[in-house]
Amino acid sequence: MLTLEKLSAGYGRMRILHEVDLHVGAGELVALVGANGAGKTTTLRSICGQLPPQAGRIVFDGGDTAGRRPDVLVRDGLVHVPEDRALFGTLTVEENLRMGAWTASAEDTTTRLEQVYDLFPILAERRGQVAQTFSGGQQQMLAIGRALMAGPRMLLLDEPSTGLAPKLTWTMLDAVREIRDTGVSVLLVEQNAKQALAIADRAYVMESGSIVLSGGGGELADDERVRKAYLGL
Amino acid sequence: MTATIDTDAPETRAPSATLAVLKRAGVVGALVAVAIAVALVQSGSGIVVWQSVVTGLLTGGLYGLIAMGLTLIFGVLDIVNFAHGALLAVAMFISFGVVQATGLHPYLTMLVTVPALFLVGVLVHRGLLSGSGGATLENQLLITLGLSLLLENGLLLFFGAEPKNVGLPGETHLDVFGAVVAGSRLYAFAGAVALGLALYWMLQHTGLGTAIRAVASNGPGAELVGINVRRIHTLTFAIGAACAGAAAALAVPLLSVTPTLGEQFNITAFVVVVLGGMGNVVGALVGGLLIGLVEQLTTIYLDGQSSLLGVFVVFVLVLFLRPQGLFGRRT
Repeated sequence: MLTLEKLSAGYGRMRILHEVDLHVGAGELVALVGANGAGKTTTLRSICGQLPPQAGRIVFDGGDTAGRRPDVLVRDGLVHVPEDRALFGTLTVEENLRMGAWTASAEDTTTRLEQVYDLFPILAERRGQVAQTFSGGQQQMLAIGRALMAGPRMLLLDEPSTGLAPKLTWTMLDAVREIRDTGVSVLLVEQNAKQALAIADRAYVMESGSIVLSGGGGELADDERVRKAYLGL
Repeated sequence: MTATIDTDAPETRAPSATLAVLKRAGVVGALVAVAIAVALVQSGSGIVVWQSVVTGLLTGGLYGLIAMGLTLIFGVLDIVNFAHGALLAVAMFISFGVVQATGLHPYLTMLVTVPALFLVGVLVHRGLLSGSGGATLENQLLITLGLSLLLENGLLLFFGAEPKNVGLPGETHLDVFGAVVAGSRLYAFAGAVALGLALYWMLQHTGLGTAIRAVASNGPGAELVGINVRRIHTLTFAIGAACAGAAAALAVPLLSVTPTLGEQFNITAFVVVVLGGMGNVVGALVGGLLIGLVEQLTTIYLDGQSSLLGVFVVFVLVLFLRPQGLFGRRT
């Protein structure tokens, strides 16, 4: 579904990513873990079209994404949920969700709205509330819900557990797994490596802008180096 | 990293915000009442004050419509459009020209001025502002200011400086509880308020309007849901310019049309925008009514002085006491 081939990217002359190779298969949940500043967010920003690559290729669904803006990639089925959630703070929950389906037909919008409300019932309860009055957890649910409204085939999630209470983190990650089970491919970026590895099919470990390890989620969770460096064991 | 605890406390914030707006509206209403009372004492004539209030509010409706276009552009694109007044002047000359050439009713020239100004808005945004040249605030300022000089002098070159007048066919004067009101003023007010409310309805209840508000609220987020942000920016700029087009057709029977008439409206519109809250569309309409009122009351307080004096006093007071405007930024 998504392949990065020797992707290098950065801001101006500051190069953050160095020849990153990464692959996410159809219907796969892949985690990208690593320390703060390793280049995880930059990777997602490159994939979604916000940050054009300096070298290398990003292939989504068989086509090179070079030159495609984020709004075009959404139409192609690739939706990014950034770490800051980028919600429409002054709009209501339902308006946020309906905007998520900007590229969809009216029919799809109605069915997906019900699906999102089923996945996150709290959003249905508060559909008339303005998004900026939400707590962190509710905002994250709204951000993921809004992304699902586009009917993505691939979802990029940047730190969905940021700022959440431990109990809510699991609720969120369970929801991510549920989304994968509906056939959506997911690339999950997490600083919270332990939990990310626990739910991922496969995972990559990133350090200073390069992939240093990859393997099955459970396999990496047992790896001595990963345990020492990221799991604090 | 500390985890935040999820509670449902924030729900209470929404109603209290409404309450704050109502409270502020109450304060504004009280200030207006005091201002009118002072004017009554000063002039000693109820009918003079009533005439001023009616004239002020009616003129204010037009200010509101003009300012709505300006505030919409600012709220969504973060561009302070100094060419807004010049665009208004261009629209007035279009209206004047159409009336001269075809004998069309002045109000019907809206059918020409609105699409024409919409198109001008598209061209100005696409041609001058949306590229890298319009990327910084300084550039936008210079571009829109330069454009306004260009348009004004272009009009001077082609039409000359002597004022043009467009009469309203079948102009009548109405009696509004003792105040004498020109029909053209009343119709302009009604048209401006109707269009202003229609614009507000469009922003609140249509897909395009919601997308415009979404872009204003979070541009990168809008792009991430598949909205072509540049296109929304262009449309918004064009709608803002079209507001000036509509206002021009409504105002053309009321004014002498000159190439530089935009300057005065520019100043008034900026004060209205700041008063109503930069980017706040409803605030602009309310602010317009207030500024219209202030203008007229000033002529009672300070006999023979420029009515702009009072407008500037209000401007300075608002900047000093409530720089975010009476009703807050952005809707």
